[in-house]
Amino acid sequence: MEYLKAFLIGGAICAVVQIFMDKTKLMPGRIMVGLVCIGVILGALGIYQPFIDYSGAGASVPLLGFGNTLWKGVKEALDTDGLLGLFKGGFTSSAVGISGALVFGYLASLIFEPKMKS
Amino acid sequence: MSQIQGKQSIKFNESPHIIEGASIVGSKEGEGPLGKLFDFVSEDPLFGGKTWEDAESLMQKQTASLVMKKAGINKMDIRYIFAGDLLGQLIATSFGIVDLEIPLFGLYGACSTMGEALSLGAMTIAGDYADYVMAMASSHLGGAEKTFRFPLEYGNQRPLSATWTVTGCGAVILGKQGGFARIPAITTGKIVDYGLKDSLNMGACMAPAAAEVIYQHFMDFGVDGRAYDKIITGDLGKIGQKILIDLLKEKGFDISSQHMDCGIEIFDSEKQDTHAGGSGCGCSATTLCSHIFKQLKKKAWNKILFIPTGALLSTVSYNEGQSVPGIAHCVVIESC
Repeated sequence: MEYLKAFLIGGAICAVVQIFMDKTKLMPGRIMVGLVCIGVILGALGIYQPFIDYSGAGASVPLLGFGNTLWKGVKEALDTDGLLGLFKGGFTSSAVGISGALVFGYLASLIFEPKMKS
Repeated sequence: MSQIQGKQSIKFNESPHIIEGASIVGSKEGEGPLGKLFDFVSEDPLFGGKTWEDAESLMQKQTASLVMKKAGINKMDIRYIFAGDLLGQLIATSFGIVDLEIPLFGLYGACSTMGEALSLGAMTIAGDYADYVMAMASSHLGGAEKTFRFPLEYGNQRPLSATWTVTGCGAVILGKQGGFARIPAITTGKIVDYGLKDSLNMGACMAPAAAEVIYQHFMDFGVDGRAYDKIITGDLGKIGQKILIDLLKEKGFDISSQHMDCGIEIFDSEKQDTHAGGSGCGCSATTLCSHIFKQLKKKAWNKILFIPTGALLSTVSYNEGQSVPGIAHCVVIESC
């Protein structure tokens, strides 16, 4: 059941983003930054964590979830370290996601060759 | 007799001749409507090389060799090459023709480069500065995406309004006599910028430049569209075509029955999912050296106006908020 929820909710988020990509002139980079910022705002409003509790990976994997992760990390660091937390918190909480992307991206570039678009 | 004509044109006292042309393309172009007309279709997008840039250089080298073989002319008889591509600092051309050991005029006209190369090559022959010259232009999807958009490895989605850069190279040898066609006149275009900033609608950005140079050509020579069997632009696509025809109608010229566009002809947009059509230096160059030359050789067309069109933006200018200026060059080609 939780797999189905994750699939449907994650899919719905991706579908909405795809509509933005097809129907607006927004560049993909801007859309991704927009998603992260929306995630931060929803996290700050306390909406996003309950959303993750309900839909699991469907909410945490898309970039909205990454925004929420950033928010959580900065908030916790602000509580512990004061103003310095503004600088410490973001990278600490997102370390796994960012390192994962770097490592797997690099491994992929070692194994695979670029192909022409068809 | 002075060869200067009107404001932007030249009428050659002795028309330079097109001795022969050659075209080499990638597999997608080979699967398109003009597939069987190209001299060679490479199934390997790397053309035996290691990178897309390398591939484009190899493609240029192969095309240059092929056109010399077809024309029966040795590289030592060719005085100059006029050539260009889309890559930064023209590296495809620089590395591509180095083995030919022919003096080079490297050109950047974006997708209008073939028009620029033919114009300057024709002027060189007519001015008695050479017996034979080569005009060549190429583009490669992998290199162009990396230069202007995102590397193919990034795996981004391309919007439906984007054009598909042709992987192809066209080369032409010009001489004083012989061959199957000649270039009696040229009209050189100015940069035209209507302030459009939509890099995803290149046709609209370039159509004003095409309209202005075609208009000036008509004015300089006192002709209209009926003087030509076909008026062929480089890569305006369907949207750019409509804008071009409307702009010229406003000035009193109707070219709708003669107009054709290489970007529309080279791909089947329905079957090949090429969105807005073909583009790139290779688009006009390969269509010229295949389809257009074939029609001229069999005299299905006797006199055409060839107008490659270019968009003179860079990623830097675009990111800095500049508009997309266009340019286009007219080359009159008649069979003989």
